[in-house]
Amino acid sequence: MIDRVRADTAEAVAGIEDGSTVMIGGFGRAGQPVELIDALLEQGATDLTVVSNNAGNGDVGLAALIGSGRVQRIVCSFPRQSDSYVFDARYRAGGIELELVPQGNLAERIRAAGAGIGGFYTPTGVGTLVAEGKEVRTIDGRDHLLELPLRADYALISAFKADRWGNLVYRKTARNFGPIMAAAARTTIVQVDEVVELGALDPETVVTPGIFVDRVVAVGERAWLEAGEFVGAESAL
Amino acid sequence: MSPGIDRRTLAARIARDIPEGSVVNLGIGAPTLIADYLPEGLEIILHTENGMLGMGPAPQAGRVDPDLLNAGKQPVTELPGAAYFHHADSFAMMRGGHLDICVLGAFQVSETGDLANWHTGGPGAIPAVGGAMDLAIGAKNVYVMTDLLTRDGVSKLVAECTYPLTGVRCVSRIYTDRAVFDVVDGGLEVSEVFAGSSLEELRDLTGLALRDATGTPSVTSGRTS
Repeated sequence: MIDRVRADTAEAVAGIEDGSTVMIGGFGRAGQPVELIDALLEQGATDLTVVSNNAGNGDVGLAALIGSGRVQRIVCSFPRQSDSYVFDARYRAGGIELELVPQGNLAERIRAAGAGIGGFYTPTGVGTLVAEGKEVRTIDGRDHLLELPLRADYALISAFKADRWGNLVYRKTARNFGPIMAAAARTTIVQVDEVVELGALDPETVVTPGIFVDRVVAVGERAWLEAGEFVGAESAL
Repeated sequence: MSPGIDRRTLAARIARDIPEGSVVNLGIGAPTLIADYLPEGLEIILHTENGMLGMGPAPQAGRVDPDLLNAGKQPVTELPGAAYFHHADSFAMMRGGHLDICVLGAFQVSETGDLANWHTGGPGAIPAVGGAMDLAIGAKNVYVMTDLLTRDGVSKLVAECTYPLTGVRCVSRIYTDRAVFDVVDGGLEVSEVFAGSSLEELRDLTGLALRDATGTPSVTSGRTS
């Protein structure tokens, strides 16, 4: 029997080694796997490289992980935000290395890794600071930059529902980096609201097939949906 | 001297140039205001880089859905016909030339259409680029919405950008609080001057050889389907 379901978040993040590259899903708070990040904090792995679109919001989730000093390097597109003060302070103090990647290059480098593509040429960033040191090739009369795949040892992502094979469905814009990170990591760990019976997900609506998923844990993140009418939802922003 | 038109009036002015059927990405900050002025009854599809077409306005109180945000991480709603997709697909739409119009903010725009809007390069500044470089090279029409002058009274329209670039020769039109400019054949044309400004004043403020195109009807760009 194939069963990728783990009993709790501690079991889900077990074995993440010091020095690992960890992809963390989410765009702002939407799709950020906060419960898995909390478990990783508890688990203790350090000297991490994190790949994520942002560098944390407020004091929880990714911001807390960065604040703990266990992230040595972050690869992201948009670290600076009104509530990214934890990252800002650490960066200004020289406590974290930043690799800034345009968002579409970040997404496509992740996608390429998961798809077994050795690199791609893109017009994004031509003639900018991002182009420094990169191969330029003229294709159909337009300059392109060579960008290389971005893989990870682990991906921590958040989805809406899963079955025990790891088939996933997402909810609205919380999908964002989840499907491509799931494919790009050696071990993909997913938190969901609910694990349903095998066969309960309509195969036509599965977004991430279970082949890309290794561990699943139910955390019931969206209590405000259960409560109906988004009661208390604003506190989850 | 006129201080120019206010930001909301400018947003409404830009909204009038967006044809029905367009797929449009509005950058974070001031361009987001344009959504409030799109004519009712016209089908214009808003794209948000975090994975949605058919984005609607902010939700009513008590209907905030934390899973439904725009690129500025503000809560939004979905309209009938909306679609969700992952990030690589979202940027394929941008890079692949599938968006008709994007409207971005700017630190500087050069007279050849170079855009600088992500990094001042100043000491202690933390750079953040997000999706700006992908939009700048990918959308069919890249418009800029900005004040003509900085708070210190310096022109944002320049012969050559001094801030780090977002994209090269990518901007086709610049909507400012004083006038509308088009990038044509490596130079700037003034297609519309707002009340209180004049071409002479604009030339004086920018130090650029602006061509007068106020007499010619503006060309509506953007593919309609």
